[in-house]
Formats: sequence, C-alpha cells, structure tokens
Amino acid sequence: MNTETEPRVARAAESPELKIVPRRHIGRWVGAGAVVLLLVWLGVSFSRAQIDWPTVQQYLTVPVLIQGIGVAIVLTIVAMVIGLVLGVVSAIMRLSKNPVTSGVAWLYIWVFRGTPVYLQLLMWFNLALIFPYIGIPGIFQGRMIDILTPFVAASIGLGLNQGAYTSEVVRSGILSVDEGQTEAAQAVGMTRLQAMRRIVLPQAMRVIIPPVGNEVIGMLKTTSLASAIGVSEILSEAQHIYYVNNRIMELLIVCAVWYLGAVSLLSIGQYYLERFFAKGSSSKQLPPTPFQRLLGIFGTNRKAFS
Amino acid sequence: MSPVAASTTPTGTALVRAENVHKSFGPNEVLKGINLEVNAGEVVCLLGASGSGKSTFLRCINHLETVSNGRIWVGGNVVGYRQVGNSLHELSDKEAARQRQHIGMVFQRFNLFPHMTVLENIIEGPVLVKKERATEAKRHASELLARVGLAGRENSYPRQLSGGQQQRVAIARALAMKPELILFDEPTSALDPELVGEVLDVMKDLARSGLTMIVVTHEIGFAKEVADRVAFMHNGQIVEIGPPAEVLGNPQHERTKAFLSRVL
Ligand SMILES: Nc1ncnc2c1ncn2[C@@H]1O[C@H](COP(=O)(O)OP(=O)(O)OP(=O)(O)O)[C@@H](O)[C@H]1O
Ligand SMILES: [Mg+2]
Repeated sequence: MNTETEPRVARAAESPELKIVPRRHIGRWVGAGAVVLLLVWLGVSFSRAQIDWPTVQQYLTVPVLIQGIGVAIVLTIVAMVIGLVLGVVSAIMRLSKNPVTSGVAWLYIWVFRGTPVYLQLLMWFNLALIFPYIGIPGIFQGRMIDILTPFVAASIGLGLNQGAYTSEVVRSGILSVDEGQTEAAQAVGMTRLQAMRRIVLPQAMRVIIPPVGNEVIGMLKTTSLASAIGVSEILSEAQHIYYVNNRIMELLIVCAVWYLGAVSLLSIGQYYLERFFAKGSSSKQLPPTPFQRLLGIFGTNRKAFS
Repeated sequence: MSPVAASTTPTGTALVRAENVHKSFGPNEVLKGINLEVNAGEVVCLLGASGSGKSTFLRCINHLETVSNGRIWVGGNVVGYRQVGNSLHELSDKEAARQRQHIGMVFQRFNLFPHMTVLENIIEGPVLVKKERATEAKRHASELLARVGLAGRENSYPRQLSGGQQQRVAIARALAMKPELILFDEPTSALDPELVGEVLDVMKDLARSGLTMIVVTHEIGFAKEVADRVAFMHNGQIVEIGPPAEVLGNPQHERTKAFLSRVL
C-alpha cells in the first residue's frame, strides 16, 4: 500500500501544469432537462386544452369578482387584527403566574384550535337560534340576526380561530427574548406591562412576523369558507357566474390570478414589516430594499443608500 | 411573618440597611442572614466565590427577588413593602416599579435594549417612567454620554458597540434616572481584559462624585482603590467586612484568605 501511494502523491506535487477538469454534474443536467420537458408539456397541454383564454381575460376585470377579492382582503385584515389582539392577550395570559388567568387562555386555545373553522363559522352564523336577542339590559338591545350579519359572523369566527393559533406564535416569540431584558426594564422603573409593551414585544416581533405572515396568507385563502355563511367573496361570486355560463375552469383561473395577486401584495408588506423590526438586530446596516436598489441603479435617489 | 418587628425603622444615616436577610430557592437556602449597612455616598464592594449569593443579595435590594425572611430598607422605605402604621403591605407591581426608580442597576451582560439606539436606551426610563420631556431627557442623555466617554454615539445601536462601550451606555442608562443608589453586578466580568479599564475608570469617576454604590466584583485592584468598605461573602453570609486595607491586606477569616490567595 504505502509503496504505491507515496510516489503518486509526490509526482502530483512536482508537476505544476496539471490541467483541472471541473467536476461534471450529470445528475443536475438530467434533472434540469426533465423539469424543462415537463414544463413544455404542461404549457402545450394547457394551450391545447379547451380553455377559452379570451373569456379568462374578459372576466378578470368584472366588478363583482374585483369586489369579491376586495371582500376577501378586508375580511382577512379584520380577522387578522382580531386574531393578533387575541393572540397577544392570550399569550400574555398563558405566561401569567396566576393559574386562573393562564387556565382561561389555555381553554380558549384548546376549544378554538381543536374544532374545524368551518364548524365555528356555522355556529357563529346560527347563534341567533340560541340567543335571539342580544344586549346590555337598560342600555342597548337588538336582534341577533340584525347584528350578526354574515360578514360580522365571519370576522368573529375567523378572528377567534386565528387568535388561538397566533397565541402560540406570540408566546414563542416572547419566550425567545432574554429574561435580562425584562429585568433591565424593571431596573429603570418600568412595570411588567410596560416592559412587555416597550421592550419584550418589539423584540419578539422578529420571531413572530414570519409565521404570522404565513397565517395571513392562509387566512386569505380560508376566507373562501365564509361563502358557506353567505359572505359574497370572490370564489362564491365566481361560482354564481359559472353556474349560469358554464365557463367553470375559466372563472376558477380568474380567481387563482386574483388570489396570487393579493398574496404577492401581502408578501411585499411582510418584507417591509420584517425590515422595520430588524432595527438594531445586526451590527451592519440593513441592505437596501429591491426598490431602493432600483432607484440606485438609475441614480435618481442617492438618499436611498445613506 | 418575619421575626423583625414591623415598626423597626432604620437608624443613623444608612441609606441601605439589610437586616437578617434570608433567601431560599425551594429547599436551597442561598442567603443565610445578611446584615449590612451602607451610608449615603459610600462605595461597598462585595467579594466572594461563585455561588456565594452575591447576585442574589443585590437583586433582593431592588426587589428583583423577594426576600424569604428579614428586611431591607433603602432610603427609609422597606423594599417591596409599604408601611402603614404597624403593618407592612406587599407592594403592587406598579408601586414596586416606582420604588425601583431610585435604585439603578448595571448587569454583567449589559442588557441594553438591542432594538433601540443608544439615546433611546438612555431616555426610555426618564420619558416613559418619570414622564420627563423628551427634549430635556435627550439633553441630559447627551451629557451623560459625554461623561462616560461616548459623546456623539447617540444614534448607534448597541450591537454596533464594543462590550466596554455597551457597559458604559448601561451605566449612563442607570444614571439617567438620577438614582440615589446604583447596584453593579460584576460589570466587567463579561469584558475582554483590555476593555475592563475603561469601564472601571467610569465607575471610579462616579465613586468620586459621591454616588452610593454597591459593587459585586472580582477586580481586587478596583476594590482596594475605590471601596470605602469591602465585604466578603461566603455561603450566603458576610463573613468579613471592613476597610479594604484590612480585609484585603490582612484578612482574618480563613475563607477570605483562601479566596484572595486564589485571585491575587
Ligand atoms: N432563580 C434561581 N433559582 C434557583 N436557584 C438560584 C436562582 N438564582 C440563583 N440560584 C442559586 O443561588 C446560589 C447563589 O447564586 P448567586 O447568583 O447569587 O451567586 P453569585 O455569588 O452571584 O455567584 P457568581 O459569582 O457565579 O455570579 C447558586 O447556587 C445558584 O444556583
Ligand atoms: Mg453573580
């Protein structure tokens, strides 16, 4: 063994003009080729499929569908706001030393995470069956069906369900912040609540935002369930149209385009939110945003870099 | 109830007075009857081996830990309690926070707020807690930064500073509340050796200005030069206390001797 390998090593070191042959990535080339073929095949079959593309284009700008995606976006925002508020409150409650407080939060999460959203939406919508009237005695009184419109029921239902999930996300964010931060805040005279609001939560946001961003996108798609209780969001509107004209796939493609557009918009929002809460997280300056880079290329805005 | 009568009030000019302080974590008794008086303007250094309870005692003084038994007074108030006639009422979170305003604390690992600039770190307490006007707080913060040798670093974030600079910002943050007492818990232990000096220099300056300080430290040189008194803690008790020349120069207790021979 020894006598064979040693001379070979020595020879390699002596000759400096050896040609370097780069490693061949045969697997990669085969894989890439297969993917390209698959895409071409998909493209060809879609163009040959019986999809009436002019119809797709025509319905893309129909007002009821635009309103429908608008309803979906508004419902997403309202439900997420409710979900975030409930999530933060219940996360703080779960971390409380008081067993009643943390128990209530635990119960909330258990119930609303443990049953299907669809079921919860139906229950909110039908609440009038068991509570026909609602009100505070002597101050305010109303009929449940007047107050709990489909949109309100959907907002509450989706929001409460979301809060149960967000709660765990927020809790892990809070736990990710060093205990020393709370102590330092208390040492300058802050109460626990002030320390939570000014010191702990802003730092927890860095951990909280990416999963919540995920959930916002999930929520946008979950709003389609609200059609079950009579909310006119984009998917139900599209169904109303294709029941009449039978252009089923065309209308579904229109919906997909709108959903993708809305999700892209939300992702941009998330990008800037993450940047905002990344303040001070690194010893370097934040890299410029794609938008700033674009401006920089054309030299129109020098301030973007400073 | 504690064996100490509720009506006992601090005597003399002591700003801090600890009386028979006990602290247990579960079955583990960490402080076993600490008695200490610190006069206004005095600098007391706490020495002792790791695990002897120095940090725990310091944290009891500003109520980050509750004492299991015994009592601590700061400026005539019982820490963590409100005296009403002959009874002591445990403070609410809000009242405890108000009490802490007068007691600054500097931590081993700085604990600056990383999402805030240096200036924001310093004015956060005065503006949020003391309701000082922002312009006034900023002016004062800049003065303090100059005092700790960091003039012009207002807009840096903590992560852009060296350890020594961060600790000096932490000292400025504590000073911004105009405390009557500052507690230091091993303020230089997390620093590279070449950065220790700049922090100790700032602390020496504070000591000369008449601030009351309780300093947990392993810097024997600092204790010798700056401390009015040095206390040596062992196993949850202060076993020896006195002027640095005596305790450090001619230790009586066996544990003090052993400790000093190890660190010197
Ligand atoms: N929150 C806690 N829960 C349980 N035990 C604790 C807690 N804090 C401290 N202890 C224990 O109390 C003892 C004293 O700790 P302390 O931090 O006061 O020591 P120290 O003198 O500051 O030591 P060091 O020089 O290492 O900082 C240790 O045995 C430690 O394990
Ligand atoms: Mg310690």
